Amino acid sequence: MAGSTPASPTVDAGAASAARYSPGLEAWRRFRKHKLAVVSAGILLVMILAILLGPFFWRVPINEIDFSARLAGPSWKHPFGTDDLGQDILARMLYGGRISLAVGLAAMLVAIVVGTIIGAIAGMSRGWLGMALMWLTDLFLSLPQLPLLLLVIYLFRDSLKAVFGPEGGVFILIVLVIGGLRWMPVARLVRAQFLSLREKEFVEAARALGASRRRQVVRHILPNALGPVIIAGTIDVAAAILAESTLSFLGLGFPPDIPTWGRLLFDSKDYLDIAAHWALFPGMAIFLAVVTINFIGDGLRDALDARRVL
Amino acid sequence: MNEPLLRVKDLKKYFGLKGGILAREVERVHAVDGVSFDIAPGETLGLVGESGCGKSTTGRCVLRLIEPTSGEVAFEGKDVIAMQGEDLRNLRRDMQIVFQDPFASLNPRMTVGAIIGEALIIHKLANNKSEIEDRVAALLQKVGLKSEQMRRYPHEFSGGQRQRIVIARALAVEPKLIVCDEPVSALDVSIQAQVINLLEDLQQELNLTFLFIAHDLSVVEHISDRVAVMYLGRIVEIAPSRDLYVNPLHPYTEALLSAVPIPDPTVKRKRIMLQGDVPNPINPPSGCHFHTRCPIKQDVCMREVPKLKPTKDGHFVACHLRG
Repeated sequence: MAGSTPASPTVDAGAASAARYSPGLEAWRRFRKHKLAVVSAGILLVMILAILLGPFFWRVPINEIDFSARLAGPSWKHPFGTDDLGQDILARMLYGGRISLAVGLAAMLVAIVVGTIIGAIAGMSRGWLGMALMWLTDLFLSLPQLPLLLLVIYLFRDSLKAVFGPEGGVFILIVLVIGGLRWMPVARLVRAQFLSLREKEFVEAARALGASRRRQVVRHILPNALGPVIIAGTIDVAAAILAESTLSFLGLGFPPDIPTWGRLLFDSKDYLDIAAHWALFPGMAIFLAVVTINFIGDGLRDALDARRVL
Repeated sequence: MNEPLLRVKDLKKYFGLKGGILAREVERVHAVDGVSFDIAPGETLGLVGESGCGKSTTGRCVLRLIEPTSGEVAFEGKDVIAMQGEDLRNLRRDMQIVFQDPFASLNPRMTVGAIIGEALIIHKLANNKSEIEDRVAALLQKVGLKSEQMRRYPHEFSGGQRQRIVIARALAVEPKLIVCDEPVSALDVSIQAQVINLLEDLQQELNLTFLFIAHDLSVVEHISDRVAVMYLGRIVEIAPSRDLYVNPLHPYTEALLSAVPIPDPTVKRKRIMLQGDVPNPINPPSGCHFHTRCPIKQDVCMREVPKLKPTKDGHFVACHLRG
């Protein structure tokens, strides 16, 4: 809502009278007009394809140690250079990217879904429930996150590993922990939007028509509240990728031999002055992922906002 | 008079203001303070008064968009206040509302077709998509828009067109009563006339009953059969509209009428200027609410609340001294 420019009231594009019409198609048409978002979507797609298919083409093992090529810069043999053990960084990034991106996106989804549900309930409730939920939100915001992370991971790591296998278990745990500690800003955002939107006349009109509470929320309030949430979500992806690397650094994330992007970045920090490439490539990958997801979020927000003429 | 369509009796709505550390109710805004009126089927009752006198709150209480504090609202003899669940949903088919601000009362993310069609979906008035589309197209034509425009979004329309959409949405459920909450105050004068005429035509065609809330007396005079004047939460005078304009009894009505602009600079008339401001509805004056500004007040006005009493054919006034 905020910051969006109401469009001029006269649009006589022929598109509106097209015979076949669906909101999804229309949103896609509008998304395509957002150049930056389309380019970003392309770049992100390439990155995703690279980490999914790359290992089949770039067949250098991720853990092949070669001390004769320690800290080598980019070359034809090692396009992204090597680390302190002579391991190929490109191969490691292709492998680790899957985990980094998956963690980032999954944690964002968890944060947005939890935050939206809690914020929506708090925003619609006029009684003690809303207040209790906001206390819970404030409580979570004020908790020292690191000790909590340690506690949760120590408590649940082994049982989850037993059920889902070592990598799957850690993945689920990390996604839940990161998402579970990032929903609070989303909840506050959604609640604030709900508080103002629920008093709007179009919601009152829906009530006057006999719309159920669910219908009011799903059809009228939520769609108008989502703009800022999408933006918050795209920022969360970046934060989640970085949070995962923090956990790895503390030895609480994935095992050290799994080279997630954050892990590579941390490992490289002692060699910044003699092997900058080691930090540069994973850093670029994280940066690109974050920026492209952000632009895609921008494009989505505009495409879903009918008031903008695109 | 035959059985009224809507009967409102001693309706009150107080808004509690919470304060202090325990969030107790410390003060109450007396928004609507004992309002009673009837509306006959097919009639238009105008409800006028200045901003903040409780007109809109009255309208919303009738529709149960705001829960009244006390009082009775009966629609076709059925108690509206006690309705719950399914009954209330069915009532929504019979009573609709047209809002003041056509820019705020249409969901910006829904197409016009979806906005109007929603009413049909909620009340299951159409069986499938094409039936909904046909009904929406018919409704759009009825309010003077083109049926192709159902694919457009509200922001693509002007204020007057949007108000037509709002009216079409209200008509979708085939209501008997429409509460028009200042339906033209946000529009240009030339567009106002169009929308008023549309409402009148629709009333004729569909035998609608209107509760027409406004602060513009000339608009109300044009459309209403009877007019009720509100001041600070109470009705001070209610009369057939011709009678009210020609022969106002309450001093507040007199002052209001003398403020109506006349588009003719040669006409001279006596303008009654009221002193002071409307008192705060948190602490309304004792007795007659108007006594603080009344040019003819006596001691009795400060002590006793005047009752709305009949004078002659359907003319009621709440004043100790007049009538």
